[in-house]
Formats: sequence, C-alpha cells, structure tokens
Amino acid sequence: MATNILMPALSPTMEEGKLAKWLVKEGDVVKSGTILAEIETDKATMEFEAVDEGRIGKLLVPAGGDAVKVNAPIAVLLADGEKLGDVNIPAAMSSIKDAVKAVAPAAAPAAAAPAAAAPGAGGAQQTKPPANDGKRVFASPLARRIAAQKGVDISALTGSGPYGRIVKSDVENAKPGTKAAAAGSAASAQSGFATLPDAKLFYKEGSYEEVPHDSMRKAIAKRLTAAKALIPHYYLTVDCNLTALMATREALNAAAPKGKDKVPAYKLSVNDFVLKASAMALIKHPDVNASWTETAILRHKSADVGIAVAIPGGLITPIIFDAQTKGLVEISNAAKDLAGRARDKKLKPSEYEGGGFSVSNLGMFGIKSFTSIINPPQSCIIAVGAGEERAVVVNGKIEVATVMTVTMSCDHRVVDGATGAKFLQTFKQFIEAPASMLL
Amino acid sequence: MADTSFDVIVVGGGPGGYVCAIRAAQLGLKTAVVERDRLGGICLNWGCIPTKALLRSSEIWHLMHRLGEYGMSADNFKFDIKKIVERSRGVSQQLSSGVGFLMKKHKITVIPGSAKLVGKAGGKLAVTDNGKVTEYTSKNIVLATGARARTLPGLEPDGLLVWTYREAMVPPSFPKSLLVVGSGAIGIEFASFYRTLGSDVTVVEVMDRVLPVEDEEISTLAAKAFTKQGMKLKTGSTVTALKKGADNVTATVKGKDGKTEDITVDRVILAMGIVGNVENIGLEEAGIKVDRTHVVAGKYGETGVPGVWAIGDLVGAPWLAHKAMHEGVIVAEKIAGVKGVHPLEPSNVAGCTYCWPQVASVGMTEAKAKESGRKIKVGRFPFIGNGKAIALGEAEGLIKTVFDATTGELLGAHMIGAEVTELIQGYVIAKTGELTDQELSHTIFPHPTLSEMMHEAVLAADGAALHI
Repeated sequence: MATNILMPALSPTMEEGKLAKWLVKEGDVVKSGTILAEIETDKATMEFEAVDEGRIGKLLVPAGGDAVKVNAPIAVLLADGEKLGDVNIPAAMSSIKDAVKAVAPAAAPAAAAPAAAAPGAGGAQQTKPPANDGKRVFASPLARRIAAQKGVDISALTGSGPYGRIVKSDVENAKPGTKAAAAGSAASAQSGFATLPDAKLFYKEGSYEEVPHDSMRKAIAKRLTAAKALIPHYYLTVDCNLTALMATREALNAAAPKGKDKVPAYKLSVNDFVLKASAMALIKHPDVNASWTETAILRHKSADVGIAVAIPGGLITPIIFDAQTKGLVEISNAAKDLAGRARDKKLKPSEYEGGGFSVSNLGMFGIKSFTSIINPPQSCIIAVGAGEERAVVVNGKIEVATVMTVTMSCDHRVVDGATGAKFLQTFKQFIEAPASMLL
Repeated sequence: MADTSFDVIVVGGGPGGYVCAIRAAQLGLKTAVVERDRLGGICLNWGCIPTKALLRSSEIWHLMHRLGEYGMSADNFKFDIKKIVERSRGVSQQLSSGVGFLMKKHKITVIPGSAKLVGKAGGKLAVTDNGKVTEYTSKNIVLATGARARTLPGLEPDGLLVWTYREAMVPPSFPKSLLVVGSGAIGIEFASFYRTLGSDVTVVEVMDRVLPVEDEEISTLAAKAFTKQGMKLKTGSTVTALKKGADNVTATVKGKDGKTEDITVDRVILAMGIVGNVENIGLEEAGIKVDRTHVVAGKYGETGVPGVWAIGDLVGAPWLAHKAMHEGVIVAEKIAGVKGVHPLEPSNVAGCTYCWPQVASVGMTEAKAKESGRKIKVGRFPFIGNGKAIALGEAEGLIKTVFDATTGELLGAHMIGAEVTELIQGYVIAKTGELTDQELSHTIFPHPTLSEMMHEAVLAADGAALHI
C-alpha cells in the first residue's frame, strides 16, 4: 500500500522545518536507511532517512519548501508493483495545503506574527496586514481582528469574499493548524503585550538594506522574547580573583604533551576553568541545576552545561553533558569540538537542546560585565567578563590582581536570591582556588 | 404565435420577481415575467411605496401644526383624504409604469396571467389568462408569488368595515376612529398615518410590546412617543371577536389581565402578519416543500426541483422587499453561473418602519446579543445631543449600537427618530464590509448631519461619545 512520507520532527520542540534538498527523485527505489532529503531546522541541517522500502511515487514538497509543518506529507512512497495512479494524490495534496506554504520565504514569519501581536481583549490595537510574499492580503477588518485573536495566520487563508477578500467566515472556518503553538506566543497573548510599531515607518525607503530573517533569526527572536518576557529574571554579580587560576592554567598548559607536529595535546582557556567550576558548583547546589514546570521543579542529576557560541548569523548553545565527570582537558576538547561543529551547522538537536545551566563569555571582546537572557528550560546563566588587571585592596593595601566579573541571571521561580548567591560563592571559591576542584 | 420557450421565467412581477428578471436579462438569459395583476407587486402598488406617499402627507400635516415653532403661521388648513389617496395612487402608477419600461428596456417578455408549475420535473409552466391556458417551457422557473395579509378565524376582512392594508391604503372616507390589530411595521405605519391626521387610534398587540421584533429599548421609546401622540396601545392583548354594525365595528379585546372590553370604532385594520401565496402554483404536484405557508428553499433559493427556484415573501423571513430583490439577484446569478455568489445574510438585512418617529434596525437586539453568550458593549446616543436634529426641530430619538466586546464586530444597530430609515444603511455597509468599532470610530462623519449620531453611538460603546 502506498504510504505518505511525513515531515520528521528532528527535535522535541521542532514545529516546522525547511526541506532544503531532495536526495532522491520520483521513481527512485529506496530502502530503509536511504537518505531521502536534507531537512533544515532553525539550528541545523539534518539528513532524513527512509524507514520503509519502496519507490518514490511523488515528491509533494518542492526542494526549498519552507515552513513545512512536522507530520505534513512530503512524499508518497509506493509499494512493489503499485502505480502512482492508484494513489489518491489530490487527497494527500489537500492535506498539506495548510501545512506548506510552498517556497515563499516571506510566508513563515507571518505565521508567528499575528499570534504574537494578539491583544488581550479587543484593545485598541492596529493590526497590520501580514507579509505574504510582499503582497497585500485583502481581508475585512473583522476577519483580521478575529484571526489575530485566534492566532490564525491570515495570509495562509483563501478568501471567499469579493475579489478573494478574506471575511469573518473564512477565519472562523480556518483549521487551527495555522496557529503558532509556542508557549511563548500563547502566554504573551494572555499577558496582552502591546505591539511595537513597524520600524520601517521611521526610515525612508532605500535608506537601509533589508536582510530577510533566516530561520535562526526567527528562532532567536521568538525564544528570547518569550524567555525574557515570561521568566522573572534577577541578577547577581561577583568578582573573581584569577591570580591563582592564571598560574595554574599556565603551568598546566606548559605541561601539555606535544605530538609529532609539536602541537600541544590541549590548551586550556579561562573559560574551560569556568565550565569546570560551574559543573562542580551545580552538583553542590542542585537547587540551581533545575528547571521550572507548571507543577514541579525538576532537579537535574547531572551537570549539563551549555556554552553560548557565536556563529555566523546568530548563536547557539551546545551542551557539555555530564560535565561534572569530565576533567579540564576533556571539557576543553569537548567545548572546542562543539563550537567548531556549531559554526559548520553540523550539530544535532540533541547536542543543543535541554541542559541545566549555561555559560556565556564575552571576555575575549574586552567586555567587563554584562547580563544574559536565561536559556529555557534552564534556570540560570552566567555572563563572564574579561579577566583584567585591576587594583584590589588586600589586607588594607592596594594590589594589582587579575579579576573577572561574573553576573548570573536567575529564574526567580526556581532560584531564590540566597540560593543563587550561595551557588556563586561556591563558584568563586573554585575559580579563585582551582586546586580545590580536585577535592 | 408568441414565444413560449425561455431560459428563465419568473412567476410574479413584484420587487423580487422583476429584479430577478432584470438581472437574468443583464446576464444574457432569455427572460419572461408572469404577472397576474400589476408589475411592481404589493410593494409598488399596495405596500411600501403608496404608504410612503400617504405618510408623507401625514408628516406635512404634522408639521403644519408646528408652524409656530418655525416662525410661521397659517389658518384654515385642511386635508382632503381623497386627494391624499389620489397622490398615493399616482405615485404607484408612475412607478409601476416605470417597471414596465424597465422590462421593455431589458427585452423581458411580460406574460399576463396566473402561472402554475406543470408536473414534477420543472421546466414547464401553464399560464392561465382570461380562461385561456398557454404552456411555456423554461430551463429555470423562479417562483416569486409573494404573500398576503394573514387572517384569523373571526378576524376576516370584509373590505368595507374590516380592512387589510389594501383597503386601508385607499379609504373612501376618513375614519374618525380606528382599531389596528397587530403592531408590526404595517400596523404601526397605518396607525401612525391615521393618528397623525386625527383619527382616534387603538392598537392591539398580542406580544408584550409594540414593534415586538425591535430592540426592547426602542420599542419602549416608540410606545412612549405613540402614547404621547394620543395613540392607545393595548399590548399583551387579543381581539377575540368583531361585531359589525351599520357603519362601525365593536371589537372585543381581551387584555393582559384576562378581562375583556368592547371597543367600538369606525373601521378595523388587520395587520397580523402575512402568509405566503403558495396556493395554485403547482407546488404539491412538483413535490416542493411548504412550511407554514412558506416555501422551504435552500440558501440560494433552490426548491429541490432542479431548475425551480423560490424567492422573496414566498420563502423565509425577513419579509421585506429589499431582501426579495437581493434574493432575485442571487438566483439570477446562480442560474447564469456567475462565480462567487454568496447567500443572503439575514443579519445584514435592515428593517425600517416609517411611523412617526421612524424606527430602523439591523442585526441583533441587545437581548439577542446577550443570549448569544458574547461579551458585548452597547453604545447609545440621543437626538438631543445632535446639532442637526435640534436645528430640524427633531430632538427626540435614540441611536443604539451593540458590539461584540472581544472582536469589535457590529452585532446590531437600533434607531428611533427623524430620518433614521435613511441612516441605517451606514451600519448595513459596516456590517456587510465587516468593519469593526475601530473603523467606525475612525470614520469622519460630515457635520452637521444626523449621521453624526451614528458615529457618537459607536464612540459611546467605549464611553467616548463627544457630545453628551
């Protein structure tokens, strides 16, 4: 029997993805394990394998098809001896009509926009026509308002009114499939955020270059807006004296064995110490190594520490899992490997989703201190500044020391002030006396 | 031999029928209309139009009595009911001829006589004219036979003492006292006409308020105005018997409390609603369903028999000429295969009553809107806050809007006061175009006009009315 090949969910949070490339064509015989296509999510491009054997009868989504919903049919797989004519393609096609908005690059942002802009309850709020390949969407004001309230992407609807105008009944009959399902947008609709004015209104056309959002930019905007808006952040700042750490680091690096090509086997960075100290402090303070859920706090048993990595066009936070079991060299090498693969967009979702804590370090840019936005489902993130020589007072005397400022952002629902402070105290002890991490 | 084969034959030349024929002809269909009486139907000949002519006379009479308010005086003015009726008939005559002209212009064949469907399959029509039967064939037959006044046992018109709208339209003499049974649009318009010209008018209404389909607040205001004019309103009451005298009628009226009283009047007008003209048009033979004197039709006027359609008063409510006309257009376009034809939306059909003060409304009443479970907001604006109304000397009245508080949808609008029948279309456009409270709020209404009150009534729903 012919079966539909469905858009895979490459990660638990994936709602839609781009069908970047087909690696098979219609008529190709495939078996279990044949790579069918490359699927691009907001963070990575992954290969998609066939599970069953058969012949590709029809590719339903063209290569480059953007915003393909998870579980939407993307191809028809024919069994032995079956012909395409035996299969009800129109039925399959109609079922994906809602799920796929062809190759239109501008179609996807509209999917989330109306929901995010939804007002609390009928407040005075201007709804702007959503982008639809840059074309104006004709819809009645009432249809727009109801669509915004229901979170329906109006640009995905077909209008039944005069000249194809979208009217109230079109929105009311729309399947809720076009809804942006993220918790963030639902919650922001509840809390009734006002919409920000369109920045384009303030600038003369032609005075700027317009860079359309790629999927990573959209994900950053969506996730961070939700995180900053929904998580009650507060911040704790501590200065760490790096004098001992710098000495330890130098000694360890000098002792690194060199291979034949005279390249040392490892080169520890200050950040590697920060990661190690974080992992050890997390194990000592399970209250901080935790995630919020509506009914309970999840205390994680391992220290899975994320590292914010800047990559072209955005950032990603791959995770060193079980960092508490890893030595400095292992951590250092894992961090380098993850960062490298992140830049090549070769990370698997399992390598960047989840985690219990994150480290963001902008010290290499000379930043003294900054604050970060918590990376859900985690509860805390530390923002690490540059280690720099500062005048410090030791026993009543001014001395020069290398000092690093660390600011931790905490989710107050999970981590109260004193809990966070105790964690940072432990972290500072590990950083200022790195040998204590051996204990 | 005249042509007996058409693409469309419309049975009935009233507003639904002749408009349907014009639209069908415009779309290139070979079209005919069968009419047993006069083109224009009840509306043009015995309804909407001649009553408006009568009411115009009574309005002028009313203003004559207020000349002093406007700085004028006159003595010895009087009316001649014969001349008032003559004018009204002249208006009907002019418009009926106008419809005849429109039929010619669109090359529509007008077939005199009464038509009846032949057989079950549709497509055939027998037209009887002066005893002579001619059979016609047509791919499509549109039934638009209209309706007539409802009568009840014991409450039958005799054309002399007990009238329907038809006799009330052409009184041979002016009745000094009158009993109107039914306070819908027809009953109240006649009550208003005769009361304004000086008749002693009593209105009996079975429901607990006059103009019972209107919003309760508007009904109450109307009742207040009518009572002030000297009209006697008996709501929650029924007429149980009519006893005819030589030149008067004694009606037994059973009141709310169950007590009966006898009222003797010169004439009685029966206005207890309408019944569809479903008889003798071959519905039974064709197997077309009829429910309580109205043909059961689909949303595009389909009757279930292929090629046979039904529109207007013959089918469902609201029984209004403008609704019939629109259905005529819908059916003609369906027949011609026009794409994107939408069914008629009853909640977007306005109702107008040309009593004094006028009443007009569209959509849900406040009570209906509440019943629907929506969160609503209501705006009200009185005529006294409007400059033009005061300048006109028409400072009594109210405009009321009902919005869905969540979506801003205009659910209904209700008006009472001078010229509101000319104003209501603004809200009808808003409803049809699905404008919300916001677009209406941002619409700039010209000053000074009565229409500014429509704007204010929208603003008032948000507590933002400016002139009150």
